[in-house]
Amino acid sequence: MPDGSVPVLEVEGLTTVFRTRSGAVHAVNDVSFDLRAGELLGVVGESGSGKSVTMMSLLGLLPRPPAEVRGGRVSFEGADLLTLGEERLRSVRGGRIGIVFQDPMTSLNPVFTVGFQIMEPLRRHLGMTGAQARNRAAGLLELVGIPDAARRLADFPHQFSGGQRQRVMIAIALACEPKVLIADEPTTALDVTIQAQILELVRDLRRKLGMAIVWITHDLGVIAGIADRVMVMYGGQVVEQAPVRALFADPRHPYTRALLGTVPQLRGRRAGRLRTIEGQPPILRAPPASCPFAPRCAHVTERCRRENPRRRPVAPGHDVACHWSPPGAGDGDG
Amino acid sequence: MGEPAPLVEVRGLAMHFPVFRGVLRRRVGVVRAVDGIDLTIAEGETLGLVGESGCGKSTAGRAILRLCEPTAGSVRLEGTEVTRLAPEPLRRLRPKMQMVFQDPQASLNPRMTVAAIIGEPLVEHTAMTRAERIARVEALMDAVGLNRAFANRYPHEFSGGQRQRIGIARALALNPRFVVCDEPIAALDVSIQAQVVNLLEDLQDRFGLTYLFISHDLSMVRHIATRVAVMYLGRIAELAPRDALYQRPLHPYTQALLSAVPEPDPEIEARRSRIILSGDVPSPARPPPGCRFSSRCPQAMPVCREVDPAFREVERGRFVACHLYPETPTAEPAAARAAPARAGAPSASDAPARSVT
Repeated sequence: MPDGSVPVLEVEGLTTVFRTRSGAVHAVNDVSFDLRAGELLGVVGESGSGKSVTMMSLLGLLPRPPAEVRGGRVSFEGADLLTLGEERLRSVRGGRIGIVFQDPMTSLNPVFTVGFQIMEPLRRHLGMTGAQARNRAAGLLELVGIPDAARRLADFPHQFSGGQRQRVMIAIALACEPKVLIADEPTTALDVTIQAQILELVRDLRRKLGMAIVWITHDLGVIAGIADRVMVMYGGQVVEQAPVRALFADPRHPYTRALLGTVPQLRGRRAGRLRTIEGQPPILRAPPASCPFAPRCAHVTERCRRENPRRRPVAPGHDVACHWSPPGAGDGDG
Repeated sequence: MGEPAPLVEVRGLAMHFPVFRGVLRRRVGVVRAVDGIDLTIAEGETLGLVGESGCGKSTAGRAILRLCEPTAGSVRLEGTEVTRLAPEPLRRLRPKMQMVFQDPQASLNPRMTVAAIIGEPLVEHTAMTRAERIARVEALMDAVGLNRAFANRYPHEFSGGQRQRIGIARALALNPRFVVCDEPIAALDVSIQAQVVNLLEDLQDRFGLTYLFISHDLSMVRHIATRVAVMYLGRIAELAPRDALYQRPLHPYTQALLSAVPEPDPEIEARRSRIILSGDVPSPARPPPGCRFSSRCPQAMPVCREVDPAFREVERGRFVACHLYPETPTAEPAAARAAPARAGAPSASDAPARSVT
């Protein structure tokens, strides 16, 4: 590690395949990354890039079948989550690893009070009694900025607004003071002004609680504002990984470069015409033998169609899976 | 008037939905989804209509095309009053005004082939022969960048971006003058959004189209729109030429909205100061008294909670419904200075715009 901090979660060679009626889909292909204590790792990619499936795989949350985790290691607190039994895995999820999903409407149970749902992990993982759990639940709701928290424990999810429900989800995820929080598009379903509230809350909670966070999103703006480090996924692979400023200032992968070029800006010069990435993201029916971005890449060569590039370091903490180098880029690889 | 008459003119448009409750289905209130909006759209321009979910922007688009019956107000298309037109003349007007829907999955009939979907308006509204229709469908598929060899395929065989192209081809089949695009890119991935937006711009140039572009994506609206209207809780809070609105938003809601949009630049993100609004948007069934935004406005004054501010021109071409701005200085050209007279307003609006030290 360049900064010497310890990884709390290490993923190596994670590979997930879905067996569907129309054949296998290779959704996650040899994904490796680590998450260091206290950092926020942003995971960007379009739908189908494998970002959510990667996280669901390592948490054992995919239905099997059709999903099949074919290989890899996920080290967390001295154990490999992939070989941990369902029972022990369940004690990790919601306990040491908190999870926030995209849609707060569907991930809260409509027939239980919000208080019950926040207290459930406290009872289950921490063995708290009713009164203890109630106190702590009220504290958590207050922490995530819900006014009149103690009284609102008795309310049902439908009595909360969309933004408040996402706050409740965050309170549940934080209940057992997790070491790692995995947030899958937690603000995508929210309006911008509400998203701004949630992002502010997360910044604040990080200062207070210092947990490590994996934040999955397709929104480059959100990533720019919240992440320390970014991992870009395409076709079930990590194509680039860098500290946030390096990624935006000096993107190396043609996909990252193109992606940054397609989003219009809120200020500055207006582009006459938006840059596009022609074509479609791939659906991988076989393990990738070539670069998955090759069919859409502006810098494609024969080699890209023959050989799937491996990730190689280009700068401290910055690696890219690409055969091509931008002109003038000082590469660490020959 | 020095300027040409607008293609579309909307005055006091309102769309209220009654709320019924109980076994007797008694009417217990109304949802004021759109509650009196004024706007004009000039020929060939793109008016962006932005706002958060539930602000009434989609309902406004549908009411303008009379896809629902407005409660009050007037909509004129090339001088024809749309809201009071009888069914048959309305049907004859339909080819001139079309819509592109948000969800190409839900707005295309899964049992119809692409050719049948794009050709359906031609069957309804023209006397074309089958051969003429096929030729027209193929021309439309070319225009929107769909391979005409796929004319006999079904919507599910296409990707999201391609399905949106089908929806656009259908909207263009009858050579409309005016097209309402209701969140046409919201369901698409970022790399596909740019493709569809470029297509809409190309088609506008080629066919002289006029767009009402409804979106919650302020960055994309800045790219595509010539003027922008910002809606909040059934009303237009501010309407202004694009650059003026983004450089110097007048309404505190526009200021908050722009400052909330995350920008894909870590340097800007680290330095910008945000206006974080507290609370949520109130229900359109029970809007707050006075200004609709007063319950969340960081600059609210006592008058804001009592008097509903009029939507009026405060600078040439700039309309705003806010008590912070003095009455109509339109007559005076120097009025550009008048707006930021109050101390709070300009500093809040400039802070997010000036990110560098």
